[in-house]
Amino acid sequence: MKDDVQSSDDRRASLKGLGSSRKRVEDARFTQGKGNYVDDIKLDGMLFGDFVRTPYAHARIKSIKTEEALKVPGVLAVLTAADLEPLGLHWMPTLAGDKQMVLADGKVLYQGQEVAFVVATDRYAAADGIEAVEVDYEELPVITDPFEALKTDVVLREDLEPGADGAHGPRKHPNHIFTWEAGEKETTEQVIDAAEVVAEEMVYYHRVHPCPLETCGCVASMDKVNGKLTLYGTFQAPHAIRTVVSLISGIEEHNIRVVSPDIGGGFGNKVGAYPGYVCSVVASIVTGKPVKWIEDRMDNLMTTAFARDYWMKGKISATKEGKITGLWCHTTADHGGFDACADPTKFPAGFMNICTGSYDIPTAYLAVDGVYTNKAPGGVAYRCSFRVTEAAYFIERMIEVLAIELNMDAAELRRINFIKKEQFPYNSALGWEYDSGDYHTAWDKALNAVGYDDLRKEQAQRLEDFKAGKTRKLLGIGLSHFTEIVGAGPVKNCDILGLGMFDSCEIRIHPTGSAIARLGTISQGQGHATTFAQILASEIGLPADSITVEEGDTDTAPYGLGTYGSRSTPVAGAATAMAGRKIRAKAQMIAAFLLEVHDDDVEFDVDRFVVKGAPEKFKTMKEIAFAAYNQAIPGIEPGLEAVSYYDPPNMTYPFGAYICVMELDVDTGEHEIRQFYALDDCGTRINPMIIEGQVHGGVTEALAIAMGQEIAYDELGNVKTGTLMDFFLPTAWETPHYTTDHTVTPSPHHPIGAKGVGESPNVGGVPAFSNAVHDAFRPFGLRHAHMPHDHWRVWKIANDLGLHS
Amino acid sequence: MADKMHIKLTVNGTEEEFLAEPRELLIYTLRERLNITGPHIGCETSHCGACTVTIDGKSVKSCTMFAVQASGKDITTIEGLGTPDALHPLQEAFKEHHGLQCGYCTPGMITRAAKLLEENPNPTEEDVRFGIAGNLCRCTGYQNIVKSILAAAATMNADASSSSDAIGQTKVEAAE
Repeated sequence: MKDDVQSSDDRRASLKGLGSSRKRVEDARFTQGKGNYVDDIKLDGMLFGDFVRTPYAHARIKSIKTEEALKVPGVLAVLTAADLEPLGLHWMPTLAGDKQMVLADGKVLYQGQEVAFVVATDRYAAADGIEAVEVDYEELPVITDPFEALKTDVVLREDLEPGADGAHGPRKHPNHIFTWEAGEKETTEQVIDAAEVVAEEMVYYHRVHPCPLETCGCVASMDKVNGKLTLYGTFQAPHAIRTVVSLISGIEEHNIRVVSPDIGGGFGNKVGAYPGYVCSVVASIVTGKPVKWIEDRMDNLMTTAFARDYWMKGKISATKEGKITGLWCHTTADHGGFDACADPTKFPAGFMNICTGSYDIPTAYLAVDGVYTNKAPGGVAYRCSFRVTEAAYFIERMIEVLAIELNMDAAELRRINFIKKEQFPYNSALGWEYDSGDYHTAWDKALNAVGYDDLRKEQAQRLEDFKAGKTRKLLGIGLSHFTEIVGAGPVKNCDILGLGMFDSCEIRIHPTGSAIARLGTISQGQGHATTFAQILASEIGLPADSITVEEGDTDTAPYGLGTYGSRSTPVAGAATAMAGRKIRAKAQMIAAFLLEVHDDDVEFDVDRFVVKGAPEKFKTMKEIAFAAYNQAIPGIEPGLEAVSYYDPPNMTYPFGAYICVMELDVDTGEHEIRQFYALDDCGTRINPMIIEGQVHGGVTEALAIAMGQEIAYDELGNVKTGTLMDFFLPTAWETPHYTTDHTVTPSPHHPIGAKGVGESPNVGGVPAFSNAVHDAFRPFGLRHAHMPHDHWRVWKIANDLGLHS
Repeated sequence: MADKMHIKLTVNGTEEEFLAEPRELLIYTLRERLNITGPHIGCETSHCGACTVTIDGKSVKSCTMFAVQASGKDITTIEGLGTPDALHPLQEAFKEHHGLQCGYCTPGMITRAAKLLEENPNPTEEDVRFGIAGNLCRCTGYQNIVKSILAAAATMNADASSSSDAIGQTKVEAAE
């Protein structure tokens, strides 16, 4: 046999397991236009539903007249809150313990809110129907500023008892949602009061939107004959959606099948449950036909799932030498009209308490106040693990401001405060146990790679030239060292709506030695079908090319909490490895039987079990697979299958060092990114090609956020950035070339040492871009300027600093 | 409702004839009427390019063109570029160089890139970045898309001339 002469290295390479830049199995269908996205789904007799939305941000609804709309050819039904109320579906629970109107119940709280659902034969008829629905509004005072919301007499949520507690404890004001605290308030304030040096700053992380290229949507199909509901949709958490639909509709869970088909990007936008899903289900029940609902781009940007909008007031203290002694943060969080944040239940501000970052800060305190305003609800983790982006931006800005206060180099200030390699596992002042890290090695590698010292010299020369009138361009060096917290999470403290945040994998080995694995997660471009097969290939010794990976159909896949917060590899990836090990354990017994030795006398070698000390005696996994279905082995059931539900013992803590070198034109405010270096440490690397692709994409999303993207409102609550004309998404022309690099510090508690990487580049990228802008203007006295740093705002910085005179 | 228009057009070599309202958009015709679902809808304002098709030799965003405007014209979508047994070099290159992730922009991106390479068979990285600036991608950061297009150009040039592909290859390396 050819196989016999292959070295174990060759056999390992042919498996395309861990570490292989295996080409993606998803690509054949996507490159040929044969993806199957939700809007590609067509069912017999399918209808189309769309919303009448309010143009006002805060208004009372005096009447809704639907008679004319029902006369429009093709319009079959118009649903309002009054129609949903008898079913108890005019409101729905949010993931954050609040409730949200499915259709406007007496009033509206933000522009674009859903008022009525028009069901028609196609989308043109639905649009005609929408035009014919007559809604009489009475405008109310609009509150778009969260600080004003806590002072005003204007009550946004009249449905809530003013003095009653919310889902997360006491409320201080009718527009207040919760206060959440971590760390030691008194000690921290004492430390900061007594400190030699203190830097203070208000850091605003503006409201943005994940804006995947495919908007949200669904197709609901109620089969009244069999009592079965099938719901196809852009769900990042299909199993959780099934449970939610069951809880709110009363349909038993076994009669609901939720399917996430191919998803055209998620980035957090597709985690939540939206009124469109509920209305489609109701419309399908009412009409007896399948109903499709697909957002248009304006609906998407204006109503489903914004991100950030955190006002973070910070104080950081240090010794004169720059050793940080304390960190204090108070955040005012603008949650919009309903608290629909997607966070684990016990963490209403997500993992914002990772805001001590990569630094050994002995004392810290964080408080977050959630506030209602007349803006869209959401607060999702846009390519981020539950507010880690906000936390990383906050600490990486505070470090820079402290460096100014200390008159120190910001790279050196970071270096002397990093948690040291030997301190891991490290318990942070705000309550996390960091699993592993080697920040100094990563930092030095990054600084060397960009030639940091030379860059500083060039920058000093540029400054002189600028002052001498020889150039109008400044040079900024943006530094960022981030620590993420991903892989939510341990069931003991992480749940969503009471569902523990474990994840799962089920494997079936077929008789001829190929396999299918099904997981509780769902890919939205991350390439799960490629990488999870690689994990398995290494664990069970069958080629990745012989392993099909399926996700997203709740009738077939094991229960899991889905894909967001970089949790797929840390949690479902671990479940995959553990299920693989169960397969291997049974395979070992089968091999021992076939080889006529004791179980302990065989050992695993890449793709086979060999008799210890006699490598010529072996059974390949392929042979073992067949034997599992063909031999009567005493004491062993036929078949070769396994399932694993993995409850992670801890989060994982990926980290990285990013450096951005940026030229800024003082007179136009335009920027040019000359160099962007990204070093990521995500532990064990499963597929380097995919990791690199994730980093490119995540840094580009960071570029958008830092340099121009925002969901902006005027004082009347009008969304000013509701189309791609106004909402900045970088083109290829505006996107720089990236250099990627890595170190490898495996997670000690993850079965294969992997940590997750998809969101790191967004977490680390935003401070790198923003710090580059700040760094360029630091010599002229700039301490902090809010993002986004679009051309006008950069021009304004220069103008305010007197650089135009 | 306006009277329906008589429309006749060719899509991927097949002649299609139907009656449609004048307001029917071409992307709707393709996706809903003709079941050609490769082109996608991303913005409906001509910004994202997910709906890009080729019409009479020009890249067009089919989400903002009426079907009636395309009457009498020859349309190529991603479905008309290659077959499973004979992929277009761009389809091969996008897989080889990881030029896609979620896949939603991919049909429009490849359709645009095919036209770009027809217009300029030997583009620089800058030419490619400028040439695909009408197509947005939220996943890849474009770096591997650019690499894929340059690689496809090199392959196509090599196939065309069967001579050295040194020029294209140098550019691929430069993009890495």
